[in-house]
Amino acid sequence: MNINDKLATLKYNKSNESHLSADNDICMRCHDKPCTYICPAQVYSWDEEKCILHIRYENCLECGACKVACPKKNIIWKYPEPEYGVKFKNG
Amino acid sequence: MENNRAEVIIVGAGPAGVSAATVLARAGKKVLLIDRADKAGDKNMFGGCIYAKQTAEIFPQFWQSAPVERSVTEQKIVMLTDYDSTQYSYRYSSKGSYKAFTVIRSKWDNWCVKEAQKAGAYFAPKTLVKELLIENGKVVGVKTQFENYYADIVIIADGVNSLLAKQIGLRKEFNDEDLTINVKEVIKLHPERLQDRFQLDENQGCAVRILGGPLKDIFAMGFLYTNKDTVSIGLGVSLDELKKKKIPIYEMLEELKSHPSIAPYIKDGEVIEYSAHMIPEGSFNNIPKVYDNRVMVIGDAAGFVNNIHLEGTNLAMLSGRLAAETAIFAIEKGDFSASTLSLYYQKLKNSIIIKDLRTHNNTVKFMKKHIKTLTGLLPEIACDFFEVLSSADEIPKRAKYRRLVSKILRSGLILKMIPFAFFAMEKCIKR
Repeated sequence: MNINDKLATLKYNKSNESHLSADNDICMRCHDKPCTYICPAQVYSWDEEKCILHIRYENCLECGACKVACPKKNIIWKYPEPEYGVKFKNG
Repeated sequence: MENNRAEVIIVGAGPAGVSAATVLARAGKKVLLIDRADKAGDKNMFGGCIYAKQTAEIFPQFWQSAPVERSVTEQKIVMLTDYDSTQYSYRYSSKGSYKAFTVIRSKWDNWCVKEAQKAGAYFAPKTLVKELLIENGKVVGVKTQFENYYADIVIIADGVNSLLAKQIGLRKEFNDEDLTINVKEVIKLHPERLQDRFQLDENQGCAVRILGGPLKDIFAMGFLYTNKDTVSIGLGVSLDELKKKKIPIYEMLEELKSHPSIAPYIKDGEVIEYSAHMIPEGSFNNIPKVYDNRVMVIGDAAGFVNNIHLEGTNLAMLSGRLAAETAIFAIEKGDFSASTLSLYYQKLKNSIIIKDLRTHNNTVKFMKKHIKTLTGLLPEIACDFFEVLSSADEIPKRAKYRRLVSKILRSGLILKMIPFAFFAMEKCIKR
């Protein structure tokens, strides 16, 4: 079962606005980019060509690991607005 | 709520928050419990099980009416090697006194909040506290997406990420090594099939810890809990180790699920939900300042977790009760200063919370240092022992014994166990 299948089991109310953000210029200087493999929902991926950190915030499980693991403390992490984000039926 | 004013505001309706709210409401205090979820529990996730004793202190005889899944009657440790395993099981008869129950948080937390409401607490769901309101350097209330609420005391119960405790400098962000990231899958199985597989009676359940195998050599542990008609399987790994390993945690979970000793437990089950959550490591040194003028911090927000014994919800509920008792004392005295609220810390010190976190202050560090022995060598030697015991073939037994003993000697297992003996001794003697 890959991560997309896992995420497909979840109920989300998707917001049009991201509750997560990062400064791409700072990401560019980050060699390791732990957010890309720490996140349990694979929210973050680095686009090598465009030098952009893609943030699929709509898949976020709201755990907070990315903001702790980010070596540059570059991830602005907030809770989604109420009624938005993930909903666990079996947490 | 009159003029948006309460005597106590509690932010976060998890086990810590509901416990505090219930105790305060029962004492006739005006209490507002706030949560960002549509329905209490919808944003919450754990392994897991709740513990009967500390829960019953707040909700006596709760198992008669609460939505519990199964009473835990078996604790098991599974030690994996790459392909094999040894399993150690402790089964006990409940004799009418329960130890723990597996629960599903969306049902359980919602039930707890309803109990708090019955006691007289106001509950505001779908409400996100953006920040604490500060006047003259003191917390006077909370700012939400709608309006402001005011109270004499704010109890912070907003969980492991606690943005609020950080806002007022009571707590710093935890470091990688202070946190584990945990994922879980809930897998549907017919109750009868589940009971057959785990050799359980109706309403009986088991809690399983899994070491080694795909989780060897890193500070990680798998878990498995049986619910009514689902199995919760997952793993936790410390953030610093995951950073070194660079393997996504969901891939580790797949490896764990497909291990030959684990796969049969969940075979033909349908994965109905995946989830993730962080857990604070819970050592005494990481406990933040948990009170100040007009404010207290409880539960995961304060780092009250005993990772060795898998205790968290019980400590959350206990800390909630102690903070509530302190708040009642402060309200009656009419004094909400830090010096009055320091009673909360005194109560924590006299409880198992601080005592146990002190006992285990260096345990995670110790485990990390000896993780290869614990999750690699020990499971392997245990399997080798059973292999020698059970394999009937043409090799003479003496040759097998020699091979096993020589492997144990060469591996240095005996020497490597000495620190464990000293460590255990230290835990008994140290004050």
